[in-house]
This record gives sequence, C-alpha cells and structure tokens, in this order.
Amino acid sequence: MVDKHDEVKKIEVDYTRLRIPFGPVHPALKEPVLLRVTVRREEVLDVDVVLGHVHRGIEVLAENRNLVQTLYLVERVCGICSHSHTTCYVQALEEIGGIQPPERALYLRTLIFELERIHSHLFLLGVMAHEIGFDTLFMFTWYVREKILDLFEKVTGNRVHHAMNTLGGVRWDLNQHMVDDIRATMKDLQKSVHRIYNFFQDKTVEKRLCDVGVLSKDDAERLCVVGPTARGSGVDMDVRRDHPYAAYTYLKDYFSVAVREKGDVYARTEVRLLELFESISLIQKVLEELPNGPIRVEDNVIRLMRRIPEGEVISLVEAPRGELLYFVKTDGKEGLRRLKIRTPTIPNVLTLKPMLVGCEIADIPVVVASIDPCMACANRLIVVDATTDSKKIVDMDFLRRRRQA
Amino acid sequence: MGIRLVASSRVKSPWLFHLNTGSCAGCDIEIVAALTPRYDVERLGCVLVGSPRHADVLLVTGPVTRQMLPRFIRVYGQVPEPKVVVAVGTCASSGGPFMGSQMVEGSVDKIVPVDVYVVGCPPRPEAIVKGIVTAVKRKFG
Repeated sequence: MVDKHDEVKKIEVDYTRLRIPFGPVHPALKEPVLLRVTVRREEVLDVDVVLGHVHRGIEVLAENRNLVQTLYLVERVCGICSHSHTTCYVQALEEIGGIQPPERALYLRTLIFELERIHSHLFLLGVMAHEIGFDTLFMFTWYVREKILDLFEKVTGNRVHHAMNTLGGVRWDLNQHMVDDIRATMKDLQKSVHRIYNFFQDKTVEKRLCDVGVLSKDDAERLCVVGPTARGSGVDMDVRRDHPYAAYTYLKDYFSVAVREKGDVYARTEVRLLELFESISLIQKVLEELPNGPIRVEDNVIRLMRRIPEGEVISLVEAPRGELLYFVKTDGKEGLRRLKIRTPTIPNVLTLKPMLVGCEIADIPVVVASIDPCMACANRLIVVDATTDSKKIVDMDFLRRRRQA
Repeated sequence: MGIRLVASSRVKSPWLFHLNTGSCAGCDIEIVAALTPRYDVERLGCVLVGSPRHADVLLVTGPVTRQMLPRFIRVYGQVPEPKVVVAVGTCASSGGPFMGSQMVEGSVDKIVPVDVYVVGCPPRPEAIVKGIVTAVKRKFG
C-alpha cells in the first residue's frame, strides 16, 4: 500500500520573483492606486505605480466651461488642498486680466492657506500613526484637526471645500469675534502640536520610521521631488520663500523652512511637524498685520470675467504637499483654451521606486503614506479604455484634435 | 436562534466598507472624521473593515470613473446579502460637477441599486452618520 503522503506532489514555489498587486482597493490605501510589487520572499525588488483610477477628466471639462465655473471645478480636484488649487488658478487669471486684489484679500487668502496646511499635515500625521498601528495617536491628531475645521466653518461656512477665492479677492471677511477665536485656537493648538511632537519622539515610533524608505538627495533632485518630501531629503526649496505670492511677499521674513538631511520616513514626518509650528506662528503674524479695507475689487465677477483678454500664464503656489503649478491659457471669450495642472503628487509618487526597493513588504503602507500621496490630484493625464484595457498618455496633439472635432 | 442573532447583530453592529470610485478625497476624509472622536460612529457599533466580504454597509464616494467601474462591480458582488449601499456626497448621488466628462460613467445608482443618498459637497460627518443609521434601520431593522 502506498502511503497517501507520498502521492502528494511537491509544489515548488518560485520565490525568486513574485508579483503582488497592491491595490487599487486595499485596506491600507485610502485612495485607489495600483502598486505592482515584485518581491523575493519579504524583500521588495521592484515597484510599478499604476495611476488613473480616479481620473475624472477635469482638464478637458475645464475647456468646456467658463472661467468662473472652472474656479469651482478646480476646487474639486482635491478635497484636502482645495484652497491651494483655487488660489493658484485665480492668481493666474488675475495676472492675465491685470486685476489687483486688495491687500486684505491677500492676507485672508494666506490665512486660509496656512490653516489648510495645518489641517493637511495633521491629517497625514494621523494616517502615519494609523499605518504604524498607533491608533491612539491617530485618534488624537484627528481630534485636534477638528478644531481647524471648526475655524474653516466659522470663516468660510464650509469644512472642506471653502469656496473662499473669487476673481479679484475673497468672498468672506473676518470679524473681531472670528479673530479672537482663531487666536485662542492657535494658542490651544500649539500645546496639542507639542504633545503630538513628543508622541513622535517615542522610541517605538522612531524604530518603526527611522531608516525606512530612504530617498537620497541625488534621487530627490533627479526626480524633481517637491514639498516636504524634498525637504526631508535635504533639498531646500519652498515656493513661499523662493517665489512669494499672496501675502507671503510681506511675510517672508517671518517663517523659516524646515529641512532635514536624512531622507527617511522619520525625516519627512519631522519636517511636517516643524512646519506645523511655523504655520501657527505665521497665522498669528497674519492676524497682527491684517490691514483694513475692502476684501475684493468693486466690479462684479461677470464683468471682471468679460474683461480678461487672451493670454497664457504659469502660476505657482506651495500646497501642503509641495509645489503646485497651473498653466492657464484663456481664449478672450470667457473661456479657457487650455488648463494644465501639475500637482505635487505627480513627481512625488515616482519616488516610491527608489524608496521601496530593498524594503520589506510590511513597510509599504508606511512608505507610501510618508509622501502624502493625493491620488485625486495625480489622476488627470492617462486615458484608459476599459473595454480593451489599453492606456495612452494624453498629449497636446490629442487635445488639439479633440478641440477641432 | 442563530439567524435571529445574526439579524440583530446587523442592526446593533453594522460593518462598513468604504470604496472610493473616483472621489476628490473630500468625502473620504469626512467619512474618516465620522469615525474619529468628535463624531465617533463606533459608538453605534459600526466598524470600518478591510474586506468587502466582511461588510454589511457599502459606503461609496465619488462619481464612478471608467477604470473603477469593473472593480466597483466586483466589490459590490463580494459584499454578502443582505447589503446596503450608501452613496456619500453629491458626486456619488448625481455625478456632481463631473457630469459630462467622458472619463466618468455617472452616478452610483446607474450601476448598482442605492438605498440612501447623502448629499452635500462633502456632507458633514453627522449627515453621514445619519445616512448609515437610516439605511441600516430601513433594511435590517
């Protein structure tokens, strides 16, 4: 009688190269993105990033709408840095049309901008804590973040999409009650952020984050990385200081740019923590210096929109995730000929390959979270035909042909 | 007895699965905000689970994009019956500002039956909590 166990065929698994699809729907990812990871046992050999799952065709939609409708469309590129997108777009239009918003409007834009930076960084720090299994810190950070959202609601009437910007200024003004409220919250926040900073000094957190997902300065410069990801790798760049816009022209001496040389996940987290302190002091400075006067130019939006001539402009802002670039080309008939958005996540997501190669599988969520990827921002370039599963990158020729058709 | 226990647990402790089908992340952060201390949907017994196979309630955010369509249908099929679909946000309910785009298939109810619509851009966490409670009461209660 043959032993049953002898009959069982030995299955040889080739562990030398195993391809694991990571996403697009995955519990560790908050937004759909597909990472094709090649592994040898636990070690990551290669990573392939596939984008396009939340591609909504915003750039093409913008070409079919008028300038003011597009303002509310670009706000919905991303729910986390919505104010950065509208500021960048409105700045471009104001430059083409020669509209000079009043000084108070510029200060109010800056105020919302910095509040948004705090909210976005707290959001990310919470997600980082969640990815390393430190859920207490996750809950605490998000509890602190709610205070910022309360301020947003008080000032602009909305928690996420603020709709603060309009052509030639801002839509809502501050009163004394709000100013006092923001001051009190900032004081409170400073203590909470100190507490979060101390949490991140914890030994367990350090062990989990140090020397993981290292991005060297050379790689960072080669891949044109922006924002806190670049500053964590020793690249000293910040649009607020290098090409000041809004009220940063007056405030550039009142903040410093945090730079860390190490380039690992911990360095990037630390840069964000230090930026929180800078943003808090910057908001206090904005409230001190806030000039009196109107919050927008006198003409109404429709009349301003009709005045905008044909022209093209590149506009830059420092979004919470890094440099955000808009190329705006108007047609002189209330519409857009071309809108090109280059969000910080597009260069930053490329760094996943140098960061993840050599890591362990368990580190993938932490490393991915550390660049603060915003997939909603990054997905506007690839056209996907679901029936044939073929992909192609939209180039200028394709768009030109589309317009003629 | 066993069936009664399952039915009552569904009401007392509905498990949620969150699927982003092309949202701008605005509704997603409000869903996560609903889980955190200020709004705390977990006090109603809700748990956010990692697999659609464990879930009772499917929270869908965003208009359905072309590339997410086959995945969305697959995830919907994986949620065991009886299931509840909550469309969170204006985009999921009607397509919102992205209607007319060639890359967007349309609102969620064009693809799968929706039980509760939570409108708003994005809806407040309280509204999302109420949407979940209404859906669970109507279907399982």
